[in-house]
Amino acid sequence: MSDQRAQILGSIRRALKRGPLDDAAAAELEAKLKSPRRNLVPARATQFNHRGQVELFVKMAEAVQTSVARVASAKDVPGAVADYLARLNLPQRIVAAPDPQLDGIPWAERPLLAVTRGVAGDSDPAGITACFAAIAETGTLMLLSGPESPTRNNFLPDTHIVVLRQGQVTAAYEDGFARLRAARANRDGEGGFAMPRNVNFITGPSRTADIEQRIELGAHGPRRLHIVLIEDGPD
Amino acid sequence: MKPTSRAFKENVRRALGDPNLQQAMTNLRAGFVERRAIAVSRLPEWEELRDQAIAIKQHTLAHLDFYLETFERNVTANGGQVHWCRDAAAANAAALKICQALGARTVTKGKSMVGEEIGINDYLEANGVIPVETDLGEYILQIRHEPPSHIIAPAIHLVKEQVAESFRATHGDLDPARQLIDARQMCDEARAVLRPKFLAADVGITGANFLVAETGSSIIVTNEGNGDLTQTLPRAHIVLASLEKLVPTLEDSATILRLLARSATGQEFSTYTTISTGPRRKDDLDGPGEYHVILIDNGRSAILGTEFGDMLRCIRCAACLNHCPVYEAIGGHAYGWVYPGPMGAVLTPTLIGIEAAGNLPNASTFCGRCESVCPMKIPLPRMMRHWREREFEKHLPPPAYRAGLALWAFAARHPALYRLVVDVAARLLGTLGATRGRFRALPLAGGWTRTRDFPAPQGRSFQNLWAARRKDGVR
Repeated sequence: MSDQRAQILGSIRRALKRGPLDDAAAAELEAKLKSPRRNLVPARATQFNHRGQVELFVKMAEAVQTSVARVASAKDVPGAVADYLARLNLPQRIVAAPDPQLDGIPWAERPLLAVTRGVAGDSDPAGITACFAAIAETGTLMLLSGPESPTRNNFLPDTHIVVLRQGQVTAAYEDGFARLRAARANRDGEGGFAMPRNVNFITGPSRTADIEQRIELGAHGPRRLHIVLIEDGPD
Repeated sequence: MKPTSRAFKENVRRALGDPNLQQAMTNLRAGFVERRAIAVSRLPEWEELRDQAIAIKQHTLAHLDFYLETFERNVTANGGQVHWCRDAAAANAAALKICQALGARTVTKGKSMVGEEIGINDYLEANGVIPVETDLGEYILQIRHEPPSHIIAPAIHLVKEQVAESFRATHGDLDPARQLIDARQMCDEARAVLRPKFLAADVGITGANFLVAETGSSIIVTNEGNGDLTQTLPRAHIVLASLEKLVPTLEDSATILRLLARSATGQEFSTYTTISTGPRRKDDLDGPGEYHVILIDNGRSAILGTEFGDMLRCIRCAACLNHCPVYEAIGGHAYGWVYPGPMGAVLTPTLIGIEAAGNLPNASTFCGRCESVCPMKIPLPRMMRHWREREFEKHLPPPAYRAGLALWAFAARHPALYRLVVDVAARLLGTLGATRGRFRALPLAGGWTRTRDFPAPQGRSFQNLWAARRKDGVR
């Protein structure tokens, strides 16, 4: 195997008509990797202040069949979830990710809504998760995997509900990456950070157009994506 | 997959006479062309983003060795493993070895064109590991034992009645009296059939739209969510990726991602863009226990630095297929191998040889739409011309064709003779065809007039008119 490695690298270097990069050239590229620069970021979202970005996020999300309910605070979440499920005639049963971001939600206020905490299974009809950030540019949610946020909760249940705090809305993917680098920075002072196993950018419910180019929702992932947007906290 | 590109003309004849295919291909325009145009018009920075994306890829390719080594180091640092594979055989063997070490019996698969290229499904199956395609289009094709005909909409050549027929034939345990007339019902059926397979799979194999050197990550872009279930639920995640998928940083991937979905399906962003880095972490509640990247050369390094090197910028968006009049008329299977359309006409000869694929770069009118919609501005027509030259140099075209070209070349080198011949021919044909304005048949032009009329020249030749204008002082 290491043999093939040498062959491939050799063949690339022959094509590039040079040997391995010298130390100075390599160090220059390394340095660039350690402080990644943004390329052009479209003005679509960056032209707005934060309030405007939240509005753009909602508009873009709704354009891809995500539904959005706005609530004033975390204590309104159980009601919003129960109402949403009732409106669609879905069972009042939901699995919530063990994410501490969901800890403050007073589920007990809606005793008819059965909430379990943990990893979603195939038979869970609906799941609720928090998220890491939301990208206004395209109405995209950004979720990270981790000990409190299993990835399958984003994909197995037919209905995926996401609790989003408005302070999590940001303009562009690059802003999401900047938040990720900051939130998970190593203390090595070299700009390093710990990637989670998965970063999931989610833009609307699952869909396919594989049969005659007709768009159908709910191919393999969730049939419905619903966001409960909490409009408190830092704006 | 055994190429049938040599039989291109026969393939085309069959495609043009296939009513299902012709019906299905009418979906191309509304499905892709119009949606792309709208998406592009909504992003004023489009052209600038294209230029930046090209610069990113060119920079990466010029330092490919450095970024590959960096990528490997970061995959390893995150607990994953990179397998360097020179060709299809090595890549298949590497995948099988991983499956066998885990005692894997079934493997779920996300869509991967390089997987098609190396023929991984047949290889795994022959060695006792059952691959299950999970992208709806790929699943339909797997049960029909057909290859994809499009690089992002693999089953675009089918009408829904054909899909229904295949579902009835394959899903024998379902109620034969069930209704299966619209796409919704078929999606639901496929979802129900495939869900247990996701849950039971031992290994998940996906492709990669990008590899990120900085973080040692792979990125896939999907709409169905099958790629996510494929890589999250099993015990190991195998990524099949060719060398040129590399970009330096996450920020670089963001720039190209802005082009990808808009060029491909006309979406602002695909439903799922997933970045995967290493196996599940120590305290994670789910995710695969192993993460392997099978890094495949299979001819890429050989075209780096050649006149076909720009092809390594290709991000497999399929815009060139969707906008190609030839592809639209004949569909993807006629091209005879994995990659159809303009990108296939350039790439296929580099991968299976011009001897086997010489017909493909000739299947173009050089209308130039492919290059104009290519987000990476790959000069596809120019590269098809390079292939035609190479083909000619290798004496591959038939003698009559070569003789005709030689005759034309002689005339072109003797302008006076050329003008004389064209002038005489234009006048003669103009006179003969004056009444009808066109010819149903012409000697030496049977290839043209068999399927359409040849218009009669009207008046003088272009060169003649041009000379007259110059004399009159009009420029």
